Order: sequence, then C-alpha cells, then structure tokens
Amino acid sequence: MNHLIALPIILPAFAGVAILLGARANLRLARTLSLGASVGLVLVAVRLLMHVTDGTVEAYALGNWVAPYGIVIVLDGLSGFMVLMTAIVGLGSQLYAVAGCDARGANYHAMFQFQMMGLCGAFLTGDVFNLFVFFEVLLIASYGLLLHGGGRNRVRAGVHYVVFNLVGSALFLIGVGTIYGVAGTLNMADLAVKVAQVAPADATLLQSGALILLVVFAIKAAALPLGFWLPRTYGSATAPVAALFAIMTKVGVYAIIRVYTLIFGQGGGPVADLAQPWLLPVGLATLVVATVGAVAGRRLRGLAAYLVIASVGTMLTAVGLGTAESLGAALYYMAHSTFVLAALFLVIDLITRQRGQTGDRLKRAAPVSQSALLGTLFLVAGVAVTGLPPLSGFIGKVLVLSSTLEAPEATLVFALVLAGGLFSLIAMSRAGSMIFWNVTDEKPVAVQHSAARLAGVGFLLGVAVAMAVFAGPIVEFTQRVGASLVHPDVYIDAVLSDPPPAVVAEPHGAGQP
Amino acid sequence: MELLFASGIGTLVAAGVYLLLRARTFPVVLGLALLSYAVNFFIFAMGRLRTGLAPIVRDGVHEYPDPIPQALVLTAIVIGFAMTAFVLILALRANFDLGNDHVDGRVPEGDA
Repeated sequence: MNHLIALPIILPAFAGVAILLGARANLRLARTLSLGASVGLVLVAVRLLMHVTDGTVEAYALGNWVAPYGIVIVLDGLSGFMVLMTAIVGLGSQLYAVAGCDARGANYHAMFQFQMMGLCGAFLTGDVFNLFVFFEVLLIASYGLLLHGGGRNRVRAGVHYVVFNLVGSALFLIGVGTIYGVAGTLNMADLAVKVAQVAPADATLLQSGALILLVVFAIKAAALPLGFWLPRTYGSATAPVAALFAIMTKVGVYAIIRVYTLIFGQGGGPVADLAQPWLLPVGLATLVVATVGAVAGRRLRGLAAYLVIASVGTMLTAVGLGTAESLGAALYYMAHSTFVLAALFLVIDLITRQRGQTGDRLKRAAPVSQSALLGTLFLVAGVAVTGLPPLSGFIGKVLVLSSTLEAPEATLVFALVLAGGLFSLIAMSRAGSMIFWNVTDEKPVAVQHSAARLAGVGFLLGVAVAMAVFAGPIVEFTQRVGASLVHPDVYIDAVLSDPPPAVVAEPHGAGQP
Repeated sequence: MELLFASGIGTLVAAGVYLLLRARTFPVVLGLALLSYAVNFFIFAMGRLRTGLAPIVRDGVHEYPDPIPQALVLTAIVIGFAMTAFVLILALRANFDLGNDHVDGRVPEGDA
C-alpha cells in the first residue's frame, strides 16, 4: 500500500516524459498515452481515497529519510479527496481535448501530464518548501498550457499571469524563509509542534511569515484584491485548459486550509487561528465583487471566470468560520464547484463553436445548430453552478449556510451568499436566454459536435449529478475530514512517528546547529 | 555584516519593485531577476550569518552552518533561472505578436 501514495506524482511524471521522448510527432500515440495515464490516475486516486475513508493518515518518507529531516508525502482524507478531484477533472478535460483542441500546438499532452503531477504533488506533500516546488511545477506547466494555441489574446493574458505568479513565488519564498528562520523546520507536522513552543519574542516574526504565505495562497486562490488576473487568463485559455484551471484556484484554497488548520490552527500557541479573522471578510467581499463581475459580463467565458471567483469566495467564507462542519461544507462545495465550472467552460466552448463570428459574446446572433442538446447541457450546468435544487450546488450551499447558523456573522453570511446565488442566477439566465432565444433568422453554423467532445462534458456533469445523488456518503466523508482538520493530532503523529529506516547510520555527535 | 547584508537585500528589493512597476516587459523581467536575487539572499540569511565554521561533520567539532537554507537556495536559484528564461521568451513573443513591449499589450495614451 505504502508505495502507492507516491503514484499520483510518479504516474503523470513518467507519462509526461514518455510523451516528450516517444510521441512528440505522433499525436495518436500521445493521446493514447495521456488518456491512459489520466484513467490510471483516477483509478489510483479512488484506491487511495478508499484507504483513508476511515480516517487513516499515512506518511511516505521519500528515500526512507525519517520525517522531520527527510521529505514526506502524506495521504490523509483531505489530500486523498483533492487528488481524486484533480484526477476526475483531468480526465474530463482530457476527454474533451483529444477531440481536437490538442492539435493546435505542440506538446499539449506532455504539459498536461506535468500539470497533473504538480497538482497531485501540491496536494500530497507534507513539507512547506516542497509545496513551493510543486506550485512551480504546476505553474510552469500552466504557463505552457495557457499559451497553447497561440494568438494575441493568450500572449497578452499570459504576460500578466506569468509576471503576477512570479512575484507570488518570490513572496512565497520570503514567507517560507521567515518561518524557517524562526522555527528551524519546514515539515508541516513538525512545524505544527514547533510553532506552539516558539518564544514570545519571535512570535511576531512568525506571524508575519505566516501572513505573507496567506497573501501568496490568496493570489493562487484569486481572493479579492489579488484575483483580477483570473478573468482574462481563464477567458483566453483553450476550453479544456480553462476546465483544468478550474482546479487551480482550489490549490490556493487547499493550501490555506492545510497550513492554517494544521500549522497555524487552534493548537498554534502564540500564532493560533492566524488566518481566520481575514478569511471570512475576504471571502464575502470576493463573493460580492465576483457576482457583480458575473452580472456585468459581456462574454460567456468572462461570466464563467467570475463564477470561479464567486465559488472561491463562498469556500473562503466557510473556511474562515473554521469549524469542523464549515470545513466539511467547504470541501463538498469545492468538489462540486470544480466539476461544474470545468463542465461549464466546456459547454461554453461547445456553444461558441456553433456561433461562428459572434463567438461567446452575449448579443443577438444566429441560433446554434444543436440548440436542444446544448441548451440542456447549459441548463444543467447553470442549475448546478447557481445552487438551485436538486443538484450539487444546492446541497453545497445548504451545507455552507447551515454550518454558519451558530456563528455571530450568520446574518451577513446568509444575506451575501443567498444574494450572490440570486445574482449569478440572473447572470446565467440572461446569458442563456440571449444565446438560445434571442436569435436572428439566419441559418445556424453547420458544425456538429463529435461524441468525444460531448463525452468530456457528459463525464464532468455526470460526476456533478452523482455528487448530488450520493450526497449522503460524500457529506459524511467530508464532515469527517473537516473534524480531522480541526484536530490534526492524528496527522502529526502519523508523520512524526513514522517507522525509522531499516538501516540507521552511526550518529555523528551533535550534527545539528 | 548583518547590517550590510540586510541593506543589500533591501536595496535589491527596492530596485526590483521599482523596475516591476515600470510596466514595460524588459524592465519587469529585470525587476523579477533582482527580486529573486534578494529572495535567495534572504533565505540564505535565514540559516544565520556565521563565518569560519566547518562545512562537513568531523570529530571534535560541534559548530556547523545550517545546510538546509543552502539546499533551499539552490532549488530556488534553479527554479528562478528557468522562470526567468521562460518569461524572457514570453516577453519577446509578446513584443513580436503585439507590436510593443507594454505589459498590457497596448501603450496607454500619453505614454508614447
């Protein structure tokens, strides 16, 4: 079992290298390899998640170096859940991409696999510096994917995205450096123990390091003052890339959850509950601004991009409440919004392809040729994303809201989350009626969508529907994960009491400075 | 030594941030490079600044420099190098595709 934990990182890495070396000129082979690796990743992720449903936490010491000294990757409920989410979104996006989008530039599949590797690595790692490294892996792959297909818009969006993220990386290193300077370790579980014992004189320095990290994660998550790179970036990426990027903001949210519950959580001594006072107002403000952006959207893709930010706002609100229930609700909502928004980006691409010159602009134009099919897909995605019953968005919002009932901010959260839902409903209805009903008499563009394209969309929407059907067991699981996040003792014990390596070297006196 | 080191980092960051805000791709790339130098020095200093210590474990020696920041700096340098190369290529591409070197892809009026 133990070695399987490393597989979500190793499998895409090897697939990516194999594609680079063996299938650069052969698109068919590259597609087969890449699709095979994506299916394999889903199977591995399901197996891993089954292993942790009972609350097990398993640490894997790379190179058999014991925990605080070597680098560990850790599988717990949260990371298992995130890896499965990544694998599913990756497969859906990949099914769509092999229908033709991947042929518009070189090395799509290799970059895609490296992106999956970075994502899985970021979710599995148990070391803050390693988190930085995997962030960089997934970012550099995402730079390539964003520019896939070329064109002025992509290059323009790419410059902003790359420069902004490079500044973010510099801040990340400053934060990590500060934390290391005070605590003398970067292993997350070890940090959780060490920060609680930090001298009062050093507490301020540690706090500033931790809050610099919060800024970095907020950049990745596209939280309010730092999220304005997102609409243009997501709006100009190729559809399957935009669908995959639906999980990129979740990396930021994941990092916030992990670092500020495990290290700077309730057991953090002088730096306990550091992020919570910021997250709730930032989350709500993000939600409000993103909803305004969605209503004001003049393009479908821009609308969807703002809905991504709105979902981040809802999640950060729940994370900011910081209880076991609200964290569990945030996890369910995160999975739901990732699948549905990824599907929405693909549906929008299907619509755009049948509107000819008009593209995704929201104005009167010729009807789409498969209006019944596309209309149904848009309706399903719209109902789910705005949080109407009976789909997963409704369940997610009910969970988030019911977890706030006890909190003093309940009124504000209720008002803003419900108003946000109403206004995104208005935005989606306006867009839908504009595209499908407000049409001219011209003949539609004769483009029929292949079954492969529809398979990707169908898969992601199917998963979203399944999340509503099997909401019972999924919510039970996310609630258990939420409870384990609030009390991270099991995680810390699992990492730090890892069995020592078989061969123990002779100790060389006091080697530690 | 601490004062010199700290003010060196400060100067690099100040210059880096100034160049970043110039809104032309070439100064921005230079600014990012300066910023990453400053960050590397900063991480290095987090292992404490001390001189004349034995680098390798030896009998009878109890004071060593902290090796971890050195490993971290090495990783950060490699990654920073790759990113700088990438952003340079991207900046060139943007310059060719968009016909100017402004980070927004178009030169605002009154800023010719």
